[in-house]
Amino acid sequence: MSAPSVSEPAAVAARGGILDRESALAKMMIAPAILYIVAMIGVPFVLAVLYSLSDATTGDPSLKFVGLRNFAAALADPVFRLSLWNTVFFTLASQCIVVLLSRLLATALLKNFRGKWLVRFLIMLPWTAPISLGTIGWLWMLDSIFSPIDWVLRYVGLLGVPGALLGAGTNLYYLGVPGLAISSIILVDVWRILPLATVIQLAGLSSIPKDLMEAAEVDGATPWRRTLMITIPLTLPITSIAFLFGVVFTFTDLVVVYVLTRGGPVHMTQVLSSWTFFKGIEGGDLAQGAAISLFMFPVLAAVAILILRMARRTEVV
Amino acid sequence: MGCVEIRGISKLFGNVRAVDHVDLATNEGEFLVLLGPSGCGKTTLLRMIAGIEEPTEGDMVIDGRVVTNLPPRLRDIAMVFQSYALYPHMTVYKNIAFPLRARGVEKEAVRKKVEWAAGMFKIERLLDRKPRELSGGERQRVALARAMVREPSVFLLDEPLSNLDALLRTSAREELRQFQRRVGVTTIYVTHDQVEAMGLGDRIVVMSQGRIRQIGTPMEIYLWPADTFVATFVGSPPMNLLDHGDTLLGFRPETFLPADAVEGSEGVVTYPFEVTYLEYLGAERLVYGTVGEKSHARHVVSRLPGSLTLPLAAGKAYPFAVALRDLRRFDKKSGLYKEGVSS
Repeated sequence: MSAPSVSEPAAVAARGGILDRESALAKMMIAPAILYIVAMIGVPFVLAVLYSLSDATTGDPSLKFVGLRNFAAALADPVFRLSLWNTVFFTLASQCIVVLLSRLLATALLKNFRGKWLVRFLIMLPWTAPISLGTIGWLWMLDSIFSPIDWVLRYVGLLGVPGALLGAGTNLYYLGVPGLAISSIILVDVWRILPLATVIQLAGLSSIPKDLMEAAEVDGATPWRRTLMITIPLTLPITSIAFLFGVVFTFTDLVVVYVLTRGGPVHMTQVLSSWTFFKGIEGGDLAQGAAISLFMFPVLAAVAILILRMARRTEVV
Repeated sequence: MGCVEIRGISKLFGNVRAVDHVDLATNEGEFLVLLGPSGCGKTTLLRMIAGIEEPTEGDMVIDGRVVTNLPPRLRDIAMVFQSYALYPHMTVYKNIAFPLRARGVEKEAVRKKVEWAAGMFKIERLLDRKPRELSGGERQRVALARAMVREPSVFLLDEPLSNLDALLRTSAREELRQFQRRVGVTTIYVTHDQVEAMGLGDRIVVMSQGRIRQIGTPMEIYLWPADTFVATFVGSPPMNLLDHGDTLLGFRPETFLPADAVEGSEGVVTYPFEVTYLEYLGAERLVYGTVGEKSHARHVVSRLPGSLTLPLAAGKAYPFAVALRDLRRFDKKSGLYKEGVSS
């Protein structure tokens, strides 16, 4: 009777084996993530660097080293310079609007009211829809002939009659006029990122202890002062994170420009990612495309570092 | 200045009456303690005085002015929260300066006032630190300084000592009391700790289930409880209660002593006390046991001073007695105090 009871713990230990060795287990669990990062980010990045220093094309992908010629050519190209400017401008403009709107929405959603869940659901909806489908929806909304926005404007008399505020023409041609096309891209960028930013802001706002706001109230601060002196400073780290996330998403986005304007009219809405695609894939000049895309790298690296630093700061508070 | 008057205040959360028709008035410069178990409505009442919570009915009057519908900043009150609610992103200096800056006080005047308040609580050397770099006791002082800096007419405190360790709590209690005496600001203090209430209060308001059970000095509350709730909530161990017809007889554990040790010029009542358990606490001994017939025996506690070295053993019965003047009578149905002494 005593023999099996003695050997039993030994058997359990042997079977526990790998699951009990935390260092080995940790390596096993992290391995898929590392493999994924290497295969999907590391390899393409190295390829992009190699291509950008070569004369590779889709017809001849062999690598012949040409130094920094591709970068010099890109910088000399006015379309590239416009794309670079547009990328920065669209990103900053849309993200500033996003920060303001998401703060307003989050503040409203913090309150209790009837149908709150419905409003939350509707706000989250753009985030759950595939970005390409959502943008195609916007393509219809901004159609040069059948745009429902134009239809409404005509119906209320702001468009399509002599002396109307927005002109006598039947349509505004959102994607065909430079100013409107740029505004449309920014609008869709805002629409795209707003749900995520709102959720992040909501988390930030609800993390402020309630009695802190009450203390400020008792201390004599008006609502405006409470916002300025308590809410904004306390949510600044998380607001910055929302902003930086939005920057990354918008800075690298290809779909919105590709679906809505294809960079038109006459490259007025061209951005780095779309220009990379047109040059490198549709134009077949892999080396040029790679060089253009690498111009995104310093900005994205800087943003990534900022996000990590911000994240650490929020942990401390 | 500095008088708070509460007129028929009630507060409903859904169908729950958190505060139920409370009438209360403070005296000028008094230290009033709201005492009760958690959920009795004392904090809600304090928050209504502060203006953070709106009463469902009734009126709040501060210094003869009806403030029921005024926001907190127009009430001339200051409050210290249980969590202290220090602004984590501001230095101690900015925390203390906040109420002044919110009122648009000029910069130089702010500096003087902050230094005065910091000096009062001996935290001058902490002015450049952030709250997260402070200990619990230091945070509490900063919170007090922030509340005092603009010299409010009423000072509200919501369990400000509950986050301190036991040793610090005792010294903080003493400091708080001395400070309030010195400044003379009417203070309303919420606590569930009866020791704090007894030690700090000029008067104690005992609350239960949203209602006031008794208002009185610590001595009145302890010696002459208005009902069985107060009798058993205040005092540790609580007052002993024995059935006596339609009456409950109450007496404090320290008045229930071996018959030889009780001197009663007005007479004594003697009970056979069956000891079940003894606790030796150094300065005193707690003796647990029962009184009465087996079928309806009641649990009774006796607290013997350490100087009384009489040997007692569990499982044995001893004659114990209470002096008649220490005996209180309560109505069995309502629990209310009854006048007169009976044998």
